Amino acid sequence: MALPKYTEPHYRIWHYFYLFVCGCVFFFLIAPLFVIFPLSFNAEEFLVFTDGMKRLDPDAFSLRWYNDMIYGTKNPWGLAARNSFIIAIFATLGSIILGTLAALGLSSRHMPYKGLIMAILISPMIVPLIISGVAIFFFMAKVGLAATHLGIILAHIILGTPFVVITVTATLSGFDHSITRAASSLGSSPYNTFMKITLPLILPGVISGGLFAFVTSFDEVVVVLFLAGLDNTTIPIQMWTGLREQLSPTILAVATCLIVLSVLILLTAELLRRRSERLRGINR
Amino acid sequence: MSSETGKILTTDGIPLEESLKQSEKKNKIKAFLLVAPLLLFLIITYMIPIGDMFSRSIDDKMVTNMLPKTYKAMENWDGKELPPEEVFEAFYLDYKILVKNKTAGKLQTQLNYEKNGFKSVLKKLARKQKKFEEGNYKEQIMKVHKRWRNVEYWRAIKRRAPSYTYSKYLKGIDMYSDEDGKIVQVSEDRRIHRILWIRTVEVAFFVTLFCFLMAYPIAHLLATLPMKYSNLLMICVLLPFWTSLLVRTASWMILLQQQGIVNDFFVWIGLVADDNRPEMMYNKTGTYVAMTQILLPFMVLPLYSVMKTISPSLMRAGKSLGATPATAFLKVYFPLTIPGIGAGCLLVFILAIGYYITPALVGGASGTLISNQIAYHMKSTLDWSFASAMGLMLLTGVLVIYWIYNKLVGVDNIKLG
Repeated sequence: MALPKYTEPHYRIWHYFYLFVCGCVFFFLIAPLFVIFPLSFNAEEFLVFTDGMKRLDPDAFSLRWYNDMIYGTKNPWGLAARNSFIIAIFATLGSIILGTLAALGLSSRHMPYKGLIMAILISPMIVPLIISGVAIFFFMAKVGLAATHLGIILAHIILGTPFVVITVTATLSGFDHSITRAASSLGSSPYNTFMKITLPLILPGVISGGLFAFVTSFDEVVVVLFLAGLDNTTIPIQMWTGLREQLSPTILAVATCLIVLSVLILLTAELLRRRSERLRGINR
Repeated sequence: MSSETGKILTTDGIPLEESLKQSEKKNKIKAFLLVAPLLLFLIITYMIPIGDMFSRSIDDKMVTNMLPKTYKAMENWDGKELPPEEVFEAFYLDYKILVKNKTAGKLQTQLNYEKNGFKSVLKKLARKQKKFEEGNYKEQIMKVHKRWRNVEYWRAIKRRAPSYTYSKYLKGIDMYSDEDGKIVQVSEDRRIHRILWIRTVEVAFFVTLFCFLMAYPIAHLLATLPMKYSNLLMICVLLPFWTSLLVRTASWMILLQQQGIVNDFFVWIGLVADDNRPEMMYNKTGTYVAMTQILLPFMVLPLYSVMKTISPSLMRAGKSLGATPATAFLKVYFPLTIPGIGAGCLLVFILAIGYYITPALVGGASGTLISNQIAYHMKSTLDWSFASAMGLMLLTGVLVIYWIYNKLVGVDNIKLG
């Protein structure tokens, strides 16, 4: 942002100070993530930059922790990754189906008690996770679903649906309902109308809500800590145990993989957001 | 249309008003049926269990169930003098079963809450009761420990009887009802919970404040920069937002350790001596730094979405009317951003007040919060009713904040990304 030529000196100083502050905050936000990256290639077992690494000596870098992550003995990461993906995928599907249906109902102008129902539907987002964890644990223990995949999937559906409800409701707020009326007046069945007209238009909202639900499930520790048994260990649980006991470079290798995954998710989310803005004609 | 009735009829011959009402009703049911699956699912798996936490938190049948015969025998005892032989016998029989089932420890802990020193008395009885002979249990029990002659201990058992209690809530704020039923504070050195509550609110408040102070300038920059630059900078906000919480906590653990980069930097600029590196992790500093960075995106995004809608011509108009940049900012720009500030602060405060993972990892003993205490009672002491009581106290706090916010700003303003 260039300043106009007539800017007074003290305002100019103030402006550069402001840019400096912003720079510091951006650095504070993003820099910690980049510490993990080089250290995960450390040839030593220490979590500090060795002298060799500072000299960029190739011998100081190695892939041994990635090797350990994949082939290590008694290695929990394979099972954890499989569980994490299974749980997150099913939880996302469940959240998308339940959340989208609910959002469709909520956006109808005929919906009674809209405020109250919305408050109930998004409550898992507002209630602190630890309380959700305790409550869900009591329920799952009572119905015998504690320490099962199904129990954790259901728990993650609870936590994930609010995001889908919010994003899809937001997408539907700009939705022109006369299109669906036009479709039905032309003889389309409600199901057909939904599949051919409504769904393609709200798809960006559904997918970005689904991404939120996926990340929520994939990254969730608190509730899983209460629910998981030995067979249901997930990546966050393994990281949590690892971080509590001993911070090993293998964890950093896993963390690097997770950062790469989050970059991919970020890119998808951004593409979707732009597409949806283009479709809705918002262009600023 | 017939002039006699004055009613408009549809082609089916039904009055239009009625027909409309019917279709309205049909639409209502249709809309409700769409919401119903999720609503039912949440009510069954989430709302009712939270209500269940309440009944658990006031449910005090634990001890009553462990000593069924004793409480039956105690029904006729007035509590003024030592109880009769029947009570001693019933207590002996109940306790024998508990020792056999290896659940006596739970009773010992529970009764120790009621009367200090009960634990050792009961432990001694557990060892000695194996050699008891039949009959005259009063004498035998009183022989084991002289405290059994003290009527206070028997009153403590009786006091523990009610099946509903608010004692867990009192315990949550370091109070208890004493022998006479008066509510008093626990001794000063044992007031751990109140410290935790104060610390939780303090940490949540300051984290919110720090987040606000840091987020405001960058949200402003993002909203005013041309699109091609701001999109790039937005990644700095969104990447941490999408990255796993544990990954970010791990990176702070590396940065803040004693041989870590932050300390290296401090030594390098000469702020601290190399042999005197400060401990920045496992205390409140660690909690503050890590939580601020982790929650910062939640403040930036609502602020940004509000600032984006403020037209830059408003500031220019203010300035052209003679306001200095500072006045224009304070009188024009700042008031317009208040909905964003409200949404961001609410989000960060509510997230911070229930934070668990980061404080547990970088907080150490002086940086843990109320959530850690709840988890501790859920997983370690297994005092689930106390964990429920504390959870509900926390939930009440959050709901009050949410309600105030809703009154002031309105919840509809929450946006994601």
